Amino acid sequence: MSQTTTTDTAAASGASPAPAPKKKAALSEGKKAERRLGWLLCAPAALTMIAVTGWPILYSLLLSMQRFDLKFPDRTEWIWFDNYVTVLSSPYWWNAVWVTVLLTVVTVAIELVLGMSLALIMHRALVGRGIVRTTTLIPYGIVTVVAAFSWRFAWTPGTGYLAEALGGDPVLTEKIPALMVVALAEIWKTTPFMALLLMAGLALVPDDLLKAAAMDGASGWQRFIKITVPIMKPAILVALLFRTLDAFRIFDNLFVLTAGSQGTSSVSMLTYNNLIKGLNLGIGSTMSVLIFIMVAIIAFVFIKLFGTAAPGSDDGGKR
Amino acid sequence: MAGIGGAETTGKKVGWGLLNAVVVIYALVPVLWIVSLSFKSSATLADGNFIPREWSLENYQNIFSTSEFTRALFNSIGIAVIATAIAVVFGTMAAYAIARLDFPGKNLLVGVSLLIAMFPQVSLVSPLFEIERTLGLFDTWPGLILPYITFALPLAIYTLSAFFREIPWELEKAAKMDGATPGQAFRRVIAPLAAPGVFTTAILVFIFCWNDFLFAISLTSTEQSRTVPVALSFFTGSSQFEDPAGSIAAAAVVITIPIILFVLFFQRRIVAGLTSGAVKG
Repeated sequence: MSQTTTTDTAAASGASPAPAPKKKAALSEGKKAERRLGWLLCAPAALTMIAVTGWPILYSLLLSMQRFDLKFPDRTEWIWFDNYVTVLSSPYWWNAVWVTVLLTVVTVAIELVLGMSLALIMHRALVGRGIVRTTTLIPYGIVTVVAAFSWRFAWTPGTGYLAEALGGDPVLTEKIPALMVVALAEIWKTTPFMALLLMAGLALVPDDLLKAAAMDGASGWQRFIKITVPIMKPAILVALLFRTLDAFRIFDNLFVLTAGSQGTSSVSMLTYNNLIKGLNLGIGSTMSVLIFIMVAIIAFVFIKLFGTAAPGSDDGGKR
Repeated sequence: MAGIGGAETTGKKVGWGLLNAVVVIYALVPVLWIVSLSFKSSATLADGNFIPREWSLENYQNIFSTSEFTRALFNSIGIAVIATAIAVVFGTMAAYAIARLDFPGKNLLVGVSLLIAMFPQVSLVSPLFEIERTLGLFDTWPGLILPYITFALPLAIYTLSAFFREIPWELEKAAKMDGATPGQAFRRVIAPLAAPGVFTTAILVFIFCWNDFLFAISLTSTEQSRTVPVALSFFTGSSQFEDPAGSIAAAAVVITIPIILFVLFFQRRIVAGLTSGAVKG
């Protein structure tokens, strides 16, 4: 992201190690102004982000170590890690963790395959490329709650075309079928986003290379596996990272489709229920902290083990 | 890749056409279904037909006759527009500084905004709920606008700095040579050139604010600041025994229209904005 032009950087780096104090003073006048402008321009964005996330994160750590239930405010007490013990030994919490992990893995895996197919179709479309692109953007842009309602009504026996077509079983009232519907809704909504990121990666694959491979007799599948995928690897990893973290936060679809009944709560859903419905700030904050830790681990694994170039990191910007 | 075979046979073209058709159907069926529901009369609402047997506007009349929906629509538009405006202004300033200026703390800012982009939003809901209750921001417009700006800023900063990279910076240098200060060069030369990027970012940020459900449902409690996605989930129908599906569908269609219009008119820009931020870094 550090996208300073070469001349600017040269001037800047020439200034700081300059041994002669006279020269340094002369150069630092302009540099000082640049610094001040830089800070000034960034200040509003930085201050907002810190104000809305920084203190709340600390505060949630503090809350998570207290017994703090708005229904019983006078029983508020400092209890250190008891909330963590309570949450970590609760079967509801572990069920929610498994539901979230399952939904994340299944939806992201299917989205990757579907998104890749979609990206290839859009990339190679001969006719109606614009139409295909526009229509695939619609699921991305549509309000998740709206889409979720559309699926809910479709699966409601009596009202919905899908329920009618499949014999009128109330699928949303049983755990596994309900989770499948949630996964379907999630996949429908976010595959286009995956496809767009992958398509941008596809554009980086040089046509000449593919043509040369074709001349040498490589089949379409071989060309895809041996040439396209390795070149696209950074784009694929970034898309996977984004989608995994996003899928892990699943909330809207579940809220509308099952409201977390029949053991279909995700970790976000469970936190919401404890916090807003149960008004238990201590337990809610504990769950928040645990989710934060899990997300940090996922991001760490992607960035360190798979070498995903985080978007906005230096070499990404210099490309 | 398209040209590998040389001449494309008509068979291939038909094949691609079919694939395209599948994609289009895939994307549109759920949308058409909710549109269809919204036009069904209350008598035929529960018939399970994909195409209404009897078209009627009664659902739309219903939702626009209650303040429950109109007030939520007003909240949604107001909150999304204000949050978008502020996020885009702050984001533009920061992205310009990140793309163009050299100052300590730059990488830190980029790192922090990346963190926020990946942040599990539900982790913020508990502390924000309590802090906003204390500060009196709970269930107010600013109470939603602030988190929206915060989560829109990383998106804005990435997209905008990607756009800023494409701008011919020689022009800025030329302006400086002619005696413009860095500030003037920013306002007079770069800002007009960056306008398309800013516009694209505004659309993406607007879609984000328009779509949000988690903050909206956790940080509001009354009509005063409830946005449409939340209001939808509280619709109960005009009487206790009436199925709210029709009203929900009609309201859903109303809030989907702006998104569809954006997508139709700015498809190219939205794609460019989404992918520039994420893939090119």
